[in-house]
Amino acid sequence: MSEITKTASPVMARPLMKTLLPWIGFFILLLALPNIFSSNVGLYTMNLMGIFIIFALSYNMLLGQGGMLSFGHAVYFGLGGFMSVHFMNYIEDGDFTFPMYLIPIFGGLIGLVFGIIIGSFSTRRAGTVFAMISLGVGELMAASSLIFVAFFGGEEGVSGDRTTGPELAGINFGQDIHIYYLIAGWVFVTVALMYLFSRTPAGRMANAVRDNAERAEFVGYSQRKVRFVSFCASGFFAGIAGGLFALNFEIVTEENLNALTSGTVLLMAYIGGVGFFIGPIVGAVVFTLLQSILSNYTDIWQLYVGILFVLTVMYVPQGLTGIIMMHTAAWRMRQVGALVMPYLRIGIPALAMLTGIAAFLETIHHMRSSVEGDTAMSLMGIEFNSHSIVAWIVILALIVVGGYLTRSQLPQLRDAWETANKPPAQREGGGS
Amino acid sequence: MTAAIELQGLRKSFGPTEIIRGVDLSVAEGERHAIIGPNGAGKSTLFHLISGRYNVSGGSVSLHGENISNLPPYEIYRKGLSRSFQVTNIFPNMSVFENVRCGLMWVHDYKYSFWHLIDRQKELNERTAEVIEEIGLTSRQHIPAGVLTYAEQRALEIGIAAAGGADVIMLDEPTAGMSHSETDQAIALIRKITEGRTLVMVEHDMGVVFDLADRISVLVYGEIIASDTPENIRNSKAVQEAYLGAEADE
Repeated sequence: MSEITKTASPVMARPLMKTLLPWIGFFILLLALPNIFSSNVGLYTMNLMGIFIIFALSYNMLLGQGGMLSFGHAVYFGLGGFMSVHFMNYIEDGDFTFPMYLIPIFGGLIGLVFGIIIGSFSTRRAGTVFAMISLGVGELMAASSLIFVAFFGGEEGVSGDRTTGPELAGINFGQDIHIYYLIAGWVFVTVALMYLFSRTPAGRMANAVRDNAERAEFVGYSQRKVRFVSFCASGFFAGIAGGLFALNFEIVTEENLNALTSGTVLLMAYIGGVGFFIGPIVGAVVFTLLQSILSNYTDIWQLYVGILFVLTVMYVPQGLTGIIMMHTAAWRMRQVGALVMPYLRIGIPALAMLTGIAAFLETIHHMRSSVEGDTAMSLMGIEFNSHSIVAWIVILALIVVGGYLTRSQLPQLRDAWETANKPPAQREGGGS
Repeated sequence: MTAAIELQGLRKSFGPTEIIRGVDLSVAEGERHAIIGPNGAGKSTLFHLISGRYNVSGGSVSLHGENISNLPPYEIYRKGLSRSFQVTNIFPNMSVFENVRCGLMWVHDYKYSFWHLIDRQKELNERTAEVIEEIGLTSRQHIPAGVLTYAEQRALEIGIAAAGGADVIMLDEPTAGMSHSETDQAIALIRKITEGRTLVMVEHDMGVVFDLADRISVLVYGEIIASDTPENIRNSKAVQEAYLGAEADE
């Protein structure tokens, strides 16, 4: 599926600098981002991204690295959040003194504890059994969150105040920019730790068990214990993400551990690409962008995310990262340039088709949800009447003509792709 | 001297069907032992029973005098018995190098460690490179095992099984589906890699069997009808009748 990063070759001979370079780049990027996007919306979005990056990566320790499909990962995220917000309140009440910026540790610990408890029975088998147990545990937790009001705060959740703890060099994390750097720091550390985990014997065997659980038993490893170790680590990091959520929003509710959040993290990891370490990072970034930008323009943004998810599952199971990584062979042979024109030739009609589909959905939505008699609507700055024949003809024409042209351009793209991926010797000899 | 492997009255049933019907077999230390028999005789089932993939229905399996019946496969592996599979059974998305390294991690005592960085473990990686050299896949070590050719995958299969230095190696039809030249290479590899160890193999190719084995057991319908030197097996009337008769039935 995605041989390139999953099977990263041993780096024994690799110079240290080359290994560290991406991390230095990552560090600088984290530092620089708030200077580029300094608005409140920008900071808000990036904070959410950071939290989701940790959450999605922790999820991928199960799905991508360990072959465990979980429908209840929000449990560890949510519990981490609740635990952290309670500790924030203890600090506020003066029950004990602890720096606020380390609060996510408590989130991680409760994620770990529940990972140990639930993992002890759910990791016995992978596949359907594991998926069903995760779903059951998820429902159980969501249900108990409305029962154990003392801990979960019932329907309104639990709120806290992150500015009350001992200050760090005069910073009390009252401002968004402070919390950004706090989250960025945690993102850097946890991403590095999760990457390093994948390069340990436990992490490598997680891959082996995912590939072939039976064979792993014949080289001395209990598949159950291998899964268990990954599961606990995954719970720990999800808990940290939950702790950061609590710090960022100062409120944690039942929604943070229910099936919706579990679905979201699956979506993020999958759209980004579960076969790659950076896949879930890409997924978290894209998802957060869609959520915060797209939702400004349309009420039905979740429908588009859903369509994106279905298309990913059907046509590019390697995810967005997989699409980029597909080009490495052509890139190495300096052939990517040859693909630009073919992409444009198929991209323009495809864009027309997608515009048509979006207009179709939006118009339908407008007809169904607007007040009776209100037929005037606006889409991308174009004002039109949702009941006019002309509008519908344009929309349908966009879809049909765009779709037809897209299809007609497929063969040329396929040819160009093959040419670009041919080794140079063959290209000159066989030149098609 | 205790036998490397000792089977006593071993039985296995699937529902009402008894596949292994009371097998007694003793494989001495350092011996190369081949199990032959017609299709459906239960050779692979016997392998699965010894290596822990199946639970036994009756009787016992001993490894170096210790009863290992019904232990999980990983426990049996840790006691020094390693096996390959008839149908290639590797880690297809991982590189050849990683496949072999997986076969070495437990015996290098890493267990479920999440505090060792794998690429920094000099001894482990050097040993991995040695094994890959032995199975002749050095030039292919960085590609995913799933895209190797069939013969290469078979070599890798043997490599994973033998990498950990288990003193009893079991190979299930190591040369099945190979061409003549590939078979010759495979025999040479098996000979080299099982030097000084106990080998139990299932094999259909009689050339390979008579070439490699010190002793041969003939399994027919879940029972061992003869266990002797290649010379005696070749000349045994009972074996010829049972074996060829059974073959003719198919």
